[in-house]
Amino acid sequence: MSVGVIILVVLVLAALGYVFGRQRAMAVSQQSGIKLHSLPSYYGQMVGLFAAVPALLALVLWLLIQPVVIERSVTAMIPDSAIPEGGALSLVMSDVRRIAGGLDAVLAKGGVGEAEVDRIAANPSDLRARLAEVGVPLVGDVPVAVFEAARAYRSMTQTGSILMAATVIAIAAVLAGLVYRRIEPHMRARNVSESFIKLLLIASSLVAILTTVGIILSLVFETISFFKIYPAQDFFFSTVWNPQFRGGSDLGILPLLWGTFYVSFIALLVAVPIGLMIAIYLSEYAGKSLRSFAKPAIEMLAGIPTIVYGLFALVTIGPFLRDYLAQPLGLGSSSSSVLTAGLVMGIMIIPFVSSLSDDIINAVPQALRDGSYGLGATQSETIRKVVMPAALPGIVGAILLAASRAIGETMIVVLGAGAAAKLDLNPFEAMTTVTVKIVSQLTGDTEFASPETLVAFALGLTLFTFTLALNVLALYIVRKYREQYE
Amino acid sequence: MTDMTVSSNAPMAPAQAKSLLTLDDRTRRRNAAERRFRMMGLVGVTIGIVALVFLLGSILSNGLSSFQQTYVRLDVFLDPARLDKAGTRDPAEIAKVTTFGYAPLIEKALADSMAAKGVQGEGISVKAAAELISKEAPADLRRYVLADPSAIGTTVTFDLLANGRIDGYYKGRVTMDSAQLDRNVSPQQLMLADRLKSAGILTTHFNWAFFTAPDSSDTRPESAGLGVAILGSAYMMIIVLVLSLPLGVATSIYLEEFAPQNRWTDLIEVNIANLAAVPSVVFGILGLAAFINFAGLPQSAPVVGGLVLTLMTLPTIIIATRAAFKSVPPSIRDAALGVGASKMQAIFHHVLPLAMPGILTGTIIGLARALGETAPLLLIGMVAFVRDYPAGPPEGFFDPASALPVQVYNWTQRGDPAFIERASGAIIVLLVFLILMNLSAIILRRRYERRW
Repeated sequence: MSVGVIILVVLVLAALGYVFGRQRAMAVSQQSGIKLHSLPSYYGQMVGLFAAVPALLALVLWLLIQPVVIERSVTAMIPDSAIPEGGALSLVMSDVRRIAGGLDAVLAKGGVGEAEVDRIAANPSDLRARLAEVGVPLVGDVPVAVFEAARAYRSMTQTGSILMAATVIAIAAVLAGLVYRRIEPHMRARNVSESFIKLLLIASSLVAILTTVGIILSLVFETISFFKIYPAQDFFFSTVWNPQFRGGSDLGILPLLWGTFYVSFIALLVAVPIGLMIAIYLSEYAGKSLRSFAKPAIEMLAGIPTIVYGLFALVTIGPFLRDYLAQPLGLGSSSSSVLTAGLVMGIMIIPFVSSLSDDIINAVPQALRDGSYGLGATQSETIRKVVMPAALPGIVGAILLAASRAIGETMIVVLGAGAAAKLDLNPFEAMTTVTVKIVSQLTGDTEFASPETLVAFALGLTLFTFTLALNVLALYIVRKYREQYE
Repeated sequence: MTDMTVSSNAPMAPAQAKSLLTLDDRTRRRNAAERRFRMMGLVGVTIGIVALVFLLGSILSNGLSSFQQTYVRLDVFLDPARLDKAGTRDPAEIAKVTTFGYAPLIEKALADSMAAKGVQGEGISVKAAAELISKEAPADLRRYVLADPSAIGTTVTFDLLANGRIDGYYKGRVTMDSAQLDRNVSPQQLMLADRLKSAGILTTHFNWAFFTAPDSSDTRPESAGLGVAILGSAYMMIIVLVLSLPLGVATSIYLEEFAPQNRWTDLIEVNIANLAAVPSVVFGILGLAAFINFAGLPQSAPVVGGLVLTLMTLPTIIIATRAAFKSVPPSIRDAALGVGASKMQAIFHHVLPLAMPGILTGTIIGLARALGETAPLLLIGMVAFVRDYPAGPPEGFFDPASALPVQVYNWTQRGDPAFIERASGAIIVLLVFLILMNLSAIILRRRYERRW
């Protein structure tokens, strides 16, 4: 029985529970002549909730635990001799899974019973041909132990899914039945089902926490296993980044950090002045009609997907800078460069600076401005000498938020900055960033035992720490500043 | 200090005797500074808007041509002697003829057609002339025959795809000079293409296949389409909507209406604020480690992409939903509680329906952001080359698929410049979807939002 069918059965049980629970409540009340404590539909709701929620929870848990349990017991079946020289257990296990899947396909295709598996087992040389027929190619002969493991894997998965269906449906039916039998007029059905719903609300608000925990756990665990096979001081202090897929790589983070900060610095150099000018103009000078047009237009820049900026950098800005600046000046001939990525990223983060600064400038009390005008200051003098100093902490917060955006930005640098890890000052050179390397180390075929792959997690943890620190600092500053004038 | 100021101001005193109506130097300087400052602000606004226009203009000018495609219109005789030697019309027999068996039919049809319209070959062999037609064309022909074996023996008019270089010639990407240096096309072939065009064999019309066809291999940019990518993106949006809307609303209800003010609630709130600012690529790492490695879900599947995007969208939806709840005045709650509703009833029967427009607006904006997200999808293997359409939901959620923004990235990594045109075209499709979503959010807000 597939998972979809099980879910459907549970939901049908819950619906039936609702209908019958409601009916029983009304019947019981009529029989005994006692008024119900709650509306009849609450009795139905209670039965339905008890039928559906615990059963679905059990289903999810089972789906998570079953593969781990089966994997463990099947792994124990494989003797060391079945593992080829220089190979890994994980490779053998993936063979086991493929053979198991292939056997299923053979049975489904031939329309024959389980006896066929025994026949294949009796004649192992036949196995490769049969599996190739259903599109599961095998390399080399399959050791008997591996084949037996695959059979065990198959039968355990089958038993597991039958057991799972039985357990889940039994939980739904039993709980629904128990609650159904307890229905009587004095029962506080509304309180019960409302507490139940409140529990669900609390549980769903934990998803946010779970996500953070998941991010931290996945980053930290893989980073630890990275540092077990690659020395941490080499990672943090080496200036060479040169991954080799045959081993012996240099994986120093410094060139990547340099690229990241260089690109972000140029982006901020573009975005901060322009963003501040926009914020000042829109909040202090612009008329209503200009503001109602320009503010959404500039905020649109933040809503455009970053892949669009990436393509823009790749096909328009990159070649333009190369042909009209870098080559005439003799500074480089690469169309992907730090300047390309920085400029385009700067355009992208203009609205992050301008929107938040705009809000903060608007939050400066009018009394400060009026006081300044009263002393005879012009509008620009008021803005520069009174409004800006008052808004400064908030603006710094906005800039920090923009900086954290820039550091974590991926697609623009993937398409615009290049892939060569370099420590260089020339902005027309192609350099690379932390995010680019995370993407390039984790795309394609990934083998989770090599330092070349695991380094991406260490890079991810570094990136996460930097952006988190910037965000916390920025939020703290912005929040503190808001309180000041409220 | 004060004395100093006074004494330094003293020499200025005679200057102030002048009329108030004539500006002195200092006032003029200050006014000029005021104008300069104002000008700078206006320049900033202009730069912002010009950047937006330039960005969209560059994408449009690069991509609009991908909606047009050059075709070769030929009457192809589906020769039974080649396609069905046994004459049984047995689909299994016909399927044995590979695309190589169809290529000669096209060559012959082109030669016939040129002879009938009086187009001179001028020294170009029939084989070289047939290179004007895409390598994908025989496969298209074969698909047509397999779908309808009874067509064998008849003559059918086909619009066959022209080769990417020929298509590029009419879009200005390929010129006579570049063809000199190009191994894939010669100037003679381009001149032949011009003659075919004036004879009406070469035509250009709207490229529907761009929206329906799957991706294509490196050498056939002319047949690359967005079918699988649009389907994959749609699947992911369904998953994101189904998961993030109830989860987001439930979280917001708890935080806004029930949660006591304590450390625990603070922790959840700080968490949500931070999740909104975590770089998207980190979510990709989470998806790879948690959903693919730990939970064992398949790579490149829309279900994994949907889950990752759900986690990314949740903070957006929660923030919007909480704002919507805050905007419902407390008097509504008080009135409901006053007539004897329980707190749960007050929220679900009264506050939630009133907050719904705001919630939906926030959800649509969150979905729009998720639709354009690329980086996390790269890490969970959605860059893989996928030519097969995923099955219908729900099984299709576990089939390999692509996604619109990932397809754009994928095409930018190919060698042939024709793919850049396709990538820009795909961006236009993506932007149209985004604009539609944002417009519907704006309309929803204008229509149903109540100001209290």
